Amino acid sequence: MRGSARRGAVVAASVGLALVLAACGGDDDGGDNGSGGEGGGAGEGPTGSVSINSTQPENPLIPTTTNEVGGGNIVDAMWTGLVSYDSETGEPGLAMAESIEPNEDFTQFTITIKDGWTFHDGSPVTAQSFVDAWNFGAAGANAQLNQYFFGPDGANIAGYDAVAGQTDDTGAFVPGSATAETMSGLEVVDETTFTVTLGSPNSLFETIIGYSAFYPMPESFFTDQAAFIEHPIGNGPFEFVEEVPNTSINLRAWEDYPGDPKPQVENIEYRIYADLDAAYADVVANQLDILDKIPPAGLAGDVWKTDLEGRSASEPLTTRFTSLTFPLTNTEAWADPNLRKAISRAIDREAVIAAAYGPGNYVPATSWVPPGNDGYVEGTCGEWCEFDAAAAQELYAQSPGVQGTLLISSNADGGHREWVDAACTSIRDTLGIDCQGDFNPDFGSFRARVNANEITNPFRTGWVADYPSIQNFLAPLYTTNGSANDGGYSNPQFDELIQQAAGLEGQEALDLYNQAEELLAEDMAIIPLWYDNGQRGWSENVNEPQFTWKGYVDPLSISVKN
Amino acid sequence: MGRYVVQRLGQMVPVVIGTTFLIYALVWSLPGDPFAAKCGDRPCPQNYIDRMTAEYNLDDPLPLAYLQYMGNLLTGDFGQTFSGASIADELLQRYPTTLQLTVLAILVEVVIGVAAGVLAGTRRGGFLDNLVLVSTLVVVSIPVFVLGLLAQITFGVRLGWFPVTSDGTLFSLVLPAIVLGSLSLAFVARLVRANLVENLRTDYVRTAIAKGLTRQRVIGVHTLRNSLIPVVTFVGADFGGLLGGAVVVEGIFNIPGVGNMIFRGINAHEGATVTAAVTVLVLVFLIVNLLVDLLYAVIDPRIRHA
Repeated sequence: MRGSARRGAVVAASVGLALVLAACGGDDDGGDNGSGGEGGGAGEGPTGSVSINSTQPENPLIPTTTNEVGGGNIVDAMWTGLVSYDSETGEPGLAMAESIEPNEDFTQFTITIKDGWTFHDGSPVTAQSFVDAWNFGAAGANAQLNQYFFGPDGANIAGYDAVAGQTDDTGAFVPGSATAETMSGLEVVDETTFTVTLGSPNSLFETIIGYSAFYPMPESFFTDQAAFIEHPIGNGPFEFVEEVPNTSINLRAWEDYPGDPKPQVENIEYRIYADLDAAYADVVANQLDILDKIPPAGLAGDVWKTDLEGRSASEPLTTRFTSLTFPLTNTEAWADPNLRKAISRAIDREAVIAAAYGPGNYVPATSWVPPGNDGYVEGTCGEWCEFDAAAAQELYAQSPGVQGTLLISSNADGGHREWVDAACTSIRDTLGIDCQGDFNPDFGSFRARVNANEITNPFRTGWVADYPSIQNFLAPLYTTNGSANDGGYSNPQFDELIQQAAGLEGQEALDLYNQAEELLAEDMAIIPLWYDNGQRGWSENVNEPQFTWKGYVDPLSISVKN
Repeated sequence: MGRYVVQRLGQMVPVVIGTTFLIYALVWSLPGDPFAAKCGDRPCPQNYIDRMTAEYNLDDPLPLAYLQYMGNLLTGDFGQTFSGASIADELLQRYPTTLQLTVLAILVEVVIGVAAGVLAGTRRGGFLDNLVLVSTLVVVSIPVFVLGLLAQITFGVRLGWFPVTSDGTLFSLVLPAIVLGSLSLAFVARLVRANLVENLRTDYVRTAIAKGLTRQRVIGVHTLRNSLIPVVTFVGADFGGLLGGAVVVEGIFNIPGVGNMIFRGINAHEGATVTAAVTVLVLVFLIVNLLVDLLYAVIDPRIRHA
């Protein structure tokens, strides 16, 4: 993507230039041609229209098969789950659930939902709506992208295996191997109550079921899927109006939404951009109302701060974590922890961030869990994450060293080439060894190599949490056979601690997770690099919107200026 | 004339088959697994990959998959994108936009280009002539994406004369069309100027002047008409170039056209999407060039199509 990078630089330069000119010429600021702020009635209800940048959803708008941002944002606006996460803290709280009662060892939960809720089409939301949706999502034959959330990697509902069916040696689903259509762990008690039995204790169940895979589905979905895909129906604050293909997806505040808080804006247009640079130009010109991510071209040289003065913000994201992972199963080259620690201590994270993203735009990591998550403890990585040239050289001398050139693999797009090059410079200067980036042109071809376990040198790993919990930053990534354990790290003690923690609650559980982090620090098979910050901007037509714990705009917080 | 048209239409069949196969094979041979990036930083569930692989014939050998694809195409089934949308529907929505953009660009290029060429050609060596030569040189030397971004920032963001990105109206396509047509505009202006200058020296023009015809009539009817033949050829061939150039311009101005679709299709390894979109591009290009050939006879009655 060299072309786009060059183009980006031009945007940045010329927008910056335009601003300098504007500052000199005392130009009027033409802020009245935006798309928002249509006003509306003086009454209480939601008013106005706003536009938000989006990407084309990659899958039909079905919660159990939507796992990317473009579709995820719309699904989240259209549905309300049993549990929702507080925008600011990510703390889970009851939403559609009246109560969620665990038994003593967190293996069975009795869920009561609020009475009187309906879907947008008027059909009632019952306990059955949840149970049917979950069974649909877990069924192997339906091949839903979020299927694993119902299995051992997620909630681990009893009877999942029978519904998910068998897989052969290559992991492929064997047709006809599912022995049941419903999970035995789900039982409807009455209209508003159902019980969930888990295959293993899980104190985080309440947190996990806030994820979109656990949203309820109306009866009409099961009778006519095609019609549902044409016009999705949820139970959340905003209802589907229309999709203008490849241009926008339009939602409207649902009048009968029983939940709280209520929407403040009447219409939301999720406008589809193929290129984030175009969205950035639009928000600078007040023709787009909310931009939830500033493109690298805007970050370079901090031009976004002047382009969007007084209508932009940057804050740490609690959900994203970037690390460097050593492959341990397909090569012996990285077996010595001292070598891994030497490389970690040779990376000057602050300088790399400054070179690649602009000073202070990301935060150097000192643990495996970003701040803002319950259980975050600063510095669990200890000295191993601190840059120290002398110590790094000493550690390196004790290790067998690197054979030939040290390669760091990553995809070249998305601003990754820049930091890999900067990290290599840091390692080269400190350890005096050759270091080079090994790039795939895009994320897809890079992940294909990671998934195939082909890479035999350190490679980039990034993680975006599914739900706000320390468990999600540790269990899928570093347990033996975890669904996202790319490097093949395996430590039986670590697995043991994670499993124990799942059966406990509160500080007791958090202590175990922190102990598990200490094991990661001893092994340093995954080097923490940084926690991402999120930068966003908005137009002069809207008040400052809030962003969810995921770093995307919270539709309920949007309001237009009067 | 009728026979000529039929003959030309017949020639299109092997061209279309050849290009579709080439495009299909190229997208096919792109490195990487199309489903590797679909699930973020963890592998997709295997049964999802299996379902998609079976649905899109990704497991069959290339010739077989291509035949299946062409078989479906002949029955009017363009297939589906990975997100389950009908490709035919998408083509129908996107083509009008791209055609509007292209036709606008051609209008810009022909109207301004011919006018500038005539002004320069009739005042050879004068100030206007030099102005046209220098300004077209500048335009020719700037890549289209630089021009696009500069225009967007200057006239969209800074001055606010035009929408920054497409909002679905024809007006929002004007600025992108000027950008898209600018390069060809420069060529057209230079072509017209060169031909005009040459034709003005011919015997029949001298005769026309000697007969006492007005200067307007000599240039407008007698000279310009003969000078336009190379221009028409150029515009016809350029039509394809403009459709291709739309990929860049559509990206900058966020126009939901075919260029966007092709770009996305290549990134996602959607062979069916790319092939369908490009096949229609090829067809449009062939038909436009047939029309151009027929137009020769209209401009110059000496040319006959047997």
